[in-house]
Amino acid sequence: MNTMIRDTNLVFARELRPVLREPFSVVFSMIQPLFFLALFAPLLSSVSGLGASSSLQWFVPGIVVMSCLFGASMTGSNLLMEMQTGSHERSLVTPLSRPALLVGRALKEIVPVVVQAVIVVAVVVPFDFELHVLGTLVGLVILGVFCVGLGSLSYALALAAKGQDWIFWTVQQTLLFPLLLLAGMLLPIDGGPGWLQTMSQLNPLTYIVDAERALFAGTFDAGLLAAGSAAAVLVCALGVWVGARSMRAAD
Amino acid sequence: MVPSVVLMNSTSMIHTQELTKQFTVGKRTVEAVRGLDLTVEAGELVALLGPNGAGKSTTLRMLTTLIAPTSGQAFVAGHDVTGDPREVRRRIGYIGQGNGAGHQQRGRDELVSHGRAYGMSRRDARERAAELVASLDLSEVADRKVSTLSGGQRRRLDVAMGLIHAPGLLFLDEPSTGLDPQNRANLQQHLVALRERYGTTVVLTTHYLDEADSLAERVVGIDHGRVVADDTPARLKANHAGDRVALVVDTPGDADRSAARIGAAHPDAQVDVHGNRVNVRVAGGTFLLPRLLRDLDSAGVTVRSAEVSRPTLDDVFLNLTGRSLREGRAGTESSPLGVTTVHDLEVSA
Ligand SMILES: Nc1ncnc2c1ncn2[C@@H]1O[C@H](COP(=O)(O)OP(=O)(O)OP(=O)(O)O)[C@@H](O)[C@H]1O
Ligand SMILES: [Mg+2]
Repeated sequence: MNTMIRDTNLVFARELRPVLREPFSVVFSMIQPLFFLALFAPLLSSVSGLGASSSLQWFVPGIVVMSCLFGASMTGSNLLMEMQTGSHERSLVTPLSRPALLVGRALKEIVPVVVQAVIVVAVVVPFDFELHVLGTLVGLVILGVFCVGLGSLSYALALAAKGQDWIFWTVQQTLLFPLLLLAGMLLPIDGGPGWLQTMSQLNPLTYIVDAERALFAGTFDAGLLAAGSAAAVLVCALGVWVGARSMRAAD
Repeated sequence: MVPSVVLMNSTSMIHTQELTKQFTVGKRTVEAVRGLDLTVEAGELVALLGPNGAGKSTTLRMLTTLIAPTSGQAFVAGHDVTGDPREVRRRIGYIGQGNGAGHQQRGRDELVSHGRAYGMSRRDARERAAELVASLDLSEVADRKVSTLSGGQRRRLDVAMGLIHAPGLLFLDEPSTGLDPQNRANLQQHLVALRERYGTTVVLTTHYLDEADSLAERVVGIDHGRVVADDTPARLKANHAGDRVALVVDTPGDADRSAARIGAAHPDAQVDVHGNRVNVRVAGGTFLLPRLLRDLDSAGVTVRSAEVSRPTLDDVFLNLTGRSLREGRAGTESSPLGVTTVHDLEVSA
């Protein structure tokens, strides 16, 4: 366990270093969700099914989950280049624990997203948004666990694509948007047809989004919290398992 | 279980049995390595030599746990590469054919984090990195982004990364490709020093025959995924290729007459005629030449020039496989691979 933490930390630190050295390289992606917020949130005031609170209160958790989803699902993209140059191979010959290679890389994608979440929340607090610090923090932890799993799956995808960019991006994009829309991230699903609601219930992300909404509003609803945490842990375990396996199988 | 362990010679650094790797590309099966048996003892410096696509990199990638063998076994540093990869990884270093440093990273950062991955403390890794940066002449570029480095500088960085944790067993896949002569010499010195200091076992592949010749005590020739030769460079050359004596005479007629006389007097010699040139491949060419010249002189043949060249490892390869090591490169990088030009004529003829 100790080596796992040490190794994860090493991988994480290595991945994050170029970002820390050139923080401006990520500034634009940092403020991207603000555009969503500014251009999309106003449309929501006329939509029903958002619950009693303000549309911002409903929308902000969704935006935070969405940026996480984008960030974590790109974990593998940094790998594509490294697979071509040989630097991925170089990390595979080291005794670093395989799960640490996955988790360290995924965590690196999560850090900017957390910063993003803080920016978003800071921007909306002066408007119609109530900040609940504890709930938000718990929400971010659940999201982090989910993203480690998603990041590992993205890593596995890059390995399966054998470093071919187009395969990676095609699959990533094809899966990302249905996942995002079906989780009711941008618009509520409740008003949709039955088949859409069924599909939404099959999407683990739905439970995470629901839990985040409750937590960001400061409600610790045991049922939602349990469902959200379970979904996150499940995706995390599955992702790391698939990722570690594909690393072994990769030729 | 038990018998296979008993069969393995536990003192050997590397021991493979029937090591095989097949790749499936579409519907085709590529047999990259076919039943390779190789034993390397601790402290040896072995060069794997073979034309492009011979299976050298695939062999190294199996020995370094990067890919799983299709069949067969390999024990490296006392551990099974498939059963116990982590223990193998702990004990080896590997410089692959590609560039090991991430392009977005800085060289020194990569060195330190690579050392840390092998369990070195931050301080040790930094000190050792500084040492290697200085001795591999990377001081100017070590703190720049790797993507801005020249090919040779990147290669030196790769070498530094492979050496940082001073492994007991080091694999290098074409470490000197892209290095200028001075840096190639420097790399060789590093390998020699590493062995003196730590008793490191070194397995490298190279396309520079002179490098294999001067550096390695043992050359393993690989062709079509199999071992075709395994000996010291000197013995390989003595056993598998004679000296080459190249004569230029006045006319093609003289050349034919000379060839007939030489052939009759030295039945072991291989004699070819190209126009007014006569090429003789024979053991002990330097001793033979004076006699040969006297004999031709007495027969009334004027020899305009005579040259004896010692055999190269390429000659050994040509003799063993019928293929020159240089063929695969098709002229693109023929210069590093030896000095004889006469040979090219023979191959293309
Ligand atoms: N991942 C792979 N998928 C399919 N075929 C492969 C793969 N890797 C290697 N091969 C094939 O296996 C054979 C051996 O390749 P290998 O890279 O081991 O050669 P090599 O001796 O290192 O050659 P070079 O001198 O060019 O580096 C080649 O025919 C190559 O095309
Ligand atoms: Mg190779």
